[in-house]
Amino acid sequence: MQLNTSTSRTWLAIRRGHRARPAEWLAEKLIFLVSLSAILTVFLIFIFVGREALPIFLGKMNSSLVGKVIPPEEMDKLTPEALRKYLDLTEAQFKEMDRETMKLLMELKVETADEAPKDKDAAVNTTAWRYLIFPYQWSDYEKPVSIWQPISQIPKYNIAPLIIGSIKTTLIALLFSVPLAIGASIFVSQLAPVRLREIIKPAIELLAGVPSVVLGFFALIVMASVLQDIFGYESRLNAFVAGIALGLAVIPVVFSISEDALTSVPRSYTQAALALGSSRWEAAWKIVLPAALPGILAAVILGFGRAIGETMVVLMASGNASIVSWNIFDSTRTITATIAAEVLEAVVGGPHYRMLFMTGALLFLVTFVSNLVSEIVIHRLKHRMEGKVA
Amino acid sequence: MTESIAPKVAVEFDALDSAEPNSPGAPPLILTADLSLFYGKNQALKNISLGVREKVVTAFIGPSGCGKSTLLRCFNRMNDLIDGVRTEGLVEIAGQNINSREVDVIELRKRVGMVFQRSNPFLKSIYENIAYALRLHGTKSKSHLDDIIEKSLRQAALWEEVKDRLHTSALGLSGGQQQRLCIARAIAIRPEIILMDEPASALDPIATAKIEELIFDLKRDFTIVIVTHNMQQAARISDFTAFFYLGELIEYDATRKIFTNPAKKQTEDYVTGRFG
Repeated sequence: MQLNTSTSRTWLAIRRGHRARPAEWLAEKLIFLVSLSAILTVFLIFIFVGREALPIFLGKMNSSLVGKVIPPEEMDKLTPEALRKYLDLTEAQFKEMDRETMKLLMELKVETADEAPKDKDAAVNTTAWRYLIFPYQWSDYEKPVSIWQPISQIPKYNIAPLIIGSIKTTLIALLFSVPLAIGASIFVSQLAPVRLREIIKPAIELLAGVPSVVLGFFALIVMASVLQDIFGYESRLNAFVAGIALGLAVIPVVFSISEDALTSVPRSYTQAALALGSSRWEAAWKIVLPAALPGILAAVILGFGRAIGETMVVLMASGNASIVSWNIFDSTRTITATIAAEVLEAVVGGPHYRMLFMTGALLFLVTFVSNLVSEIVIHRLKHRMEGKVA
Repeated sequence: MTESIAPKVAVEFDALDSAEPNSPGAPPLILTADLSLFYGKNQALKNISLGVREKVVTAFIGPSGCGKSTLLRCFNRMNDLIDGVRTEGLVEIAGQNINSREVDVIELRKRVGMVFQRSNPFLKSIYENIAYALRLHGTKSKSHLDDIIEKSLRQAALWEEVKDRLHTSALGLSGGQQQRLCIARAIAIRPEIILMDEPASALDPIATAKIEELIFDLKRDFTIVIVTHNMQQAARISDFTAFFYLGELIEYDATRKIFTNPAKKQTEDYVTGRFG
């Protein structure tokens, strides 16, 4: 059907598309770009960490002190490519370097080989997976051990003590903070009178604003002594002290998210429960809490991420002894504290440097996987509760 | 204060006896005397005195904000949950002042059940929704629970529709089914009184009809007080009707009388739809 001309002209206006509201269009695109850049940044960090750690993951790194040594006099017999490989240089570094420096490097190699201990340890590539994970009996030891000792003649990179340290402090932190935080969130969102709620909630959330270095300092000076007086353990700084201090950092994270989850459970649930003759406590515990469970799980996972990733507090309060021990009152050292303490003194591109990145990548992986798994669990839980079949 | 206030309200009540059957002369189950309620400085109820008969359906009607829901919530003390609420006067159920210090509000609410405007099943299975209420009041054994749950669902005319999916989420039910589940949950614990706050206002006509039928059946066993916006509904299901306006009780009488021959002009205007 033919529209008459005047009608079709006015109707043309519907085809103006985004030009009709340019400001809104622009704002929308800008926001999209910003969110895209966030994803990109995460991706880039992942690439960077992964690239630095890759040689270790693939077992391409060799920290063995015994290798083929070429005397400096034979430098000219090597092709430039062979020389570059022999000196472990990248192409860019190789181009920058003059002949004298390269000669010095060759001499250094000879010296290192001469100084290397003359036992079996010197030949060991300590960055191979076997030595990173399993205990090994080094020549001066009576039994196989797991040691992280990167600055030593034979650098040892066993990550077991660091992993145990991280797990230990994180578990203590969560065991301490999660019940407290969830308890507080139930109290604040369900039971407390409005006035009290308005005091407690900001007070707990203020805890999130305490810089972790201040928290660490407090743990180091005050908490360590007080807790030692109470529990009477031997080493003043240990996993327990670090875990409790870490817990203080985790509490506000878990609290505010689970409080949100509990508050967003419709009031009608509580009313229904009360009208059936529940006490307020029963309504909160048996009706509201289960309904908020997905949100609370998310809060715990976020708390876990915070605890395992936190650096300053554990660096200051854990005692930093990399020992394999599940005793919570022993000094310990976490992955994060190790990276923070050692990354500046590690030679860029060297085995130690790459090992640190490898542990960093490991941390990244753990938090990534835990987030992913919890996301799936929470999704399923929600679906099941709301009666949709997942 | 434990002395009954029945004589005070008896005058108004005499009128009711002649109007409708159902054990004339028996004292009303719920009585209020000079009940006033304030939200902060706002007075929501003004000197309400009325009696609600046992095992009949009493409807509260009136325009929005007239205080009918507020009055309903006085009967199971749900107003306690709102900050800044103050009441004056008396509410008695079966001769006991329910606002007295000695009254256990949990025991009160067990005997005075409530169904809300919006269906509010818990985020649990159909079975667990009712089982929660039962366990709360001490029913533990599985077979006992199964029995009562089936009986309540049958009584709420929901059993046939849900018997094969008792253990799926209650939120998967339709709005009308959810509301009947809430009624089943309320009657499972065998209250004596059921308060209904516009139970069908969020439902479609078919679901509404089912709820109305249900209410009709329930009055054999329970005393029902229902707040409704829907005048036809009040006329269809209730035995007595109270008309409220701006926090005051304007007229309270047998439903037939309120809708055919109201004593007050205001009531007539409202029920004929001239205002409200």
